[in-house]
Amino acid sequence: MDNRIQLVAIIGAAGLLLFVLELVRRRRLLERYALLWLLSALVLLGLAIWRDGLERLANAVGIAYPPNALFFVAFAFVLLLLLHFSAAVSRLADQSKVLAQRVALLEERLDEAERRAREDAAPAGDGAHLTREDVIEPVGARRASDR
Amino acid sequence: MTSVRPDSSHLAVVPAYNEAATVGDVVRRIHADAPEWDVVVVDDGSTDATAEIARAAGARVLRLPFNLGIGGAVQAGFVFALEQGYDYVAQVDGDGQHDPAELDKLIAHMQANPSLDVVCGSRFIRDNGHRYPAPISRRTGIHIFAFLLSRFVRQPISDPTSGFRLYNRRAIRLFAKDYPHDYPEVEAILMLHHHRLRMEEIPVRMFARGGGVSSISSGKSAYYMVKVLLALFVGLFRRRPLPEPGGGAPVAAETGI
Repeated sequence: MDNRIQLVAIIGAAGLLLFVLELVRRRRLLERYALLWLLSALVLLGLAIWRDGLERLANAVGIAYPPNALFFVAFAFVLLLLLHFSAAVSRLADQSKVLAQRVALLEERLDEAERRAREDAAPAGDGAHLTREDVIEPVGARRASDR
Repeated sequence: MTSVRPDSSHLAVVPAYNEAATVGDVVRRIHADAPEWDVVVVDDGSTDATAEIARAAGARVLRLPFNLGIGGAVQAGFVFALEQGYDYVAQVDGDGQHDPAELDKLIAHMQANPSLDVVCGSRFIRDNGHRYPAPISRRTGIHIFAFLLSRFVRQPISDPTSGFRLYNRRAIRLFAKDYPHDYPEVEAILMLHHHRLRMEEIPVRMFARGGGVSSISSGKSAYYMVKVLLALFVGLFRRRPLPEPGGGAPVAAETGI
């Protein structure tokens, strides 16, 4: 195998490994998502350095030019990562759906409680001192008095 | 008309996404034609005045902070019904194609057959002489689903996409925990089958849409077909829940990030 492509592969894989580690160190990447990245960077780095292993792998699966085996492994990891992210996005979508429903239910309960409080306060006559400033409304919601 | 404890044990869930033109009429028609029903409108992240109009018409309103799609909206209604202790939920679409006067028929059928958990209003059981004016392309798709589902659940299903359904407490509990996404009606029938809940169809009349835009536009209908077919076949191979009286359904969302 050409030495130049080995050099490029080693630099690329080492760069990826350092970048992932740096992201984890700065807490920009949760460990659970970093694990697959770290694994792929390590495997790629290992295969780039250990030429004999790469050649054996290429022979085993019938790839004539060993560096192509490296691309093949890298591509397999990319597919795996994408699938992993699709699963993660699906879970997040499910969770955000539950959150949206909870928000809607809580907002309705709050509105209802405020309406009852106003109704209870109004007939008493002296309860009218409850001004619109006393009613705590969720941020972004319309004021009850506007409805 | 509204209260924290329900005055009645019947709740009409009206999912509405940008249905300001029709939702007010739907709420008023339910109050007029089915007075024992409480109404909750689930505003699925509308950008128009759907929520305000529904509230002004006398409905309680669940306002989703962003658009979840019909499945998420209706499920919010199920959760609401479960927490507020309603015994029956019926879905009445906010576009005005369901006739609230038919709610009595659904209730009567369920009370005559106490073993039923869900009663579904079908446009295609022909004994009322009133044909629903669905476009031919959509009818074809509906009949394909009907054919497949009837075989999967070993029971004739004529109108699997009808959302006009009555649910009892068991069905409410199931769907509050787990209800299908985007286009839920077809998959829901399969879920009922897997959870050993019984469903039957009765003929109802439906109207063409009163206004607004169907959630299934022509551009989306191909996606709809493929998505529902995939869901059906995946649903066949999903792990069957063990029937447990009073047991919970598997929850789609896990806790924790």
